[in-house]
Amino acid sequence: MKYSYFPGCTLKYKAKELDICARESAKALGCELEEIEEWQCCGGVYTMQKDELATKLASVRALMEAAQKGQALVTVCSACHHVLKRVNLMMREGGPECDRINNYMNNEIPYRGEAKVIHYLEFLRDEVGFDKIKEAVEKAQTARKAKDQEDPADGTAQKVKTEPVKDVKTAPYYGCLLLRPSAQMAFDDPENPSIMEDFIEAIGGKPVYYPYRNECCGAYTSIKNKDHALRLSWEIKDSAAGFGAEKIITACPLCMYNLKQEKEIEIPVIYFTRILADALGLEI
Amino acid sequence: MSSNIETINIIKEISGVNPLRCMKCGKCTASCMAYDEMDIKPHQFVSYIERGDLESLMLSESLYKCLGCFACVERCPRNVQPGKLIDAVRQTVIRQRGAEGMTTEEIRQLITQEVPQQLLVSAFRRNRR
Ligand code: SF4
Ligand code: SF4
Repeated sequence: MKYSYFPGCTLKYKAKELDICARESAKALGCELEEIEEWQCCGGVYTMQKDELATKLASVRALMEAAQKGQALVTVCSACHHVLKRVNLMMREGGPECDRINNYMNNEIPYRGEAKVIHYLEFLRDEVGFDKIKEAVEKAQTARKAKDQEDPADGTAQKVKTEPVKDVKTAPYYGCLLLRPSAQMAFDDPENPSIMEDFIEAIGGKPVYYPYRNECCGAYTSIKNKDHALRLSWEIKDSAAGFGAEKIITACPLCMYNLKQEKEIEIPVIYFTRILADALGLEI
Repeated sequence: MSSNIETINIIKEISGVNPLRCMKCGKCTASCMAYDEMDIKPHQFVSYIERGDLESLMLSESLYKCLGCFACVERCPRNVQPGKLIDAVRQTVIRQRGAEGMTTEEIRQLITQEVPQQLLVSAFRRNRR
């Protein structure tokens, strides 16, 4: 099955790993992510003011292309997902803002939010299915073991990478943008989410439940107010570590940056698509 | 003062916030991860708008301390959602006076190898026209 795909600017540069692992894993699971042609940056922040229209046009263009192709639009980055989903809702609500955008864009057929915007995690759960992912991961493990046995036992063969995901205590970090405001994002329970935990279980890991998984890492303020962002990131990592986490996973390049800038607590922070690709035995 | 009232009305309109709904429970500020950095706290933003003190809000450091995390938007039991108000005041400052939070040059100076594009575009969008 084919899906439209909006990678966003960060996945093209600083977060290439998040992007490549997402695409390759989708392929391994029998789906194709077709990149939107000439997409433009979503702006990173949804402008909440009703009369802010120009800042939403780039998103509308991407949404329209997906809708025209009749494909669901998949995003991986939390910020892109947040912006695209909310712009789409605004267009769906109609009203004078939607008309003004349609007039400005000179759309022959007005766009009214027909696209379906889904995050990659929702794609995994609702389109592919966590049970199917579990099967694929188990298959990859069996293949890995078989390869292990084939290799000569004299130690000359290259050691097969140890399974980096299975039974690892993994703390999902949701952050803000996927969950809130829940009335618009409708992603999961905003205070007690479970999609990432279920994802970790599906690929054989052990989800860690900890209180700070949906608190903010400092977001963009870390550029000016670094100490504060470091403190927030410390609290998140400390909370995860306190519940025994060996790894933290995130979907957001900015969360990744902030959590990594905090260096006091040594706990690896990785993209969720990376552990998926690892569990599927993809060599990326 | 009259232009003040006008601007406050615009802020209410573009943010969709009705300050009269606030029951002063303080849950927004209690939920806010940046409250201790703020000179005017989220629940106070609502009261300042209610009593027409826009000047203080437009000069407030809180405009640039707000993380845009939507915790107060999510958790306000009365649907006032002060984060929207803070954002609308910040937008008003930017519209009236251009860049206020950070200049392009300032942002440029702070870029390092690791800074993701997402941070830059977000910082620009929050701080500049
Ligand atoms: S949480 Fe809502 S009702 Fe309570 S003080 Fe804040 S704005 Fe007012
Ligand atoms: S959106 Fe801003 S004011 Fe509201 S809780 Fe987050 S940081 Fe605080």
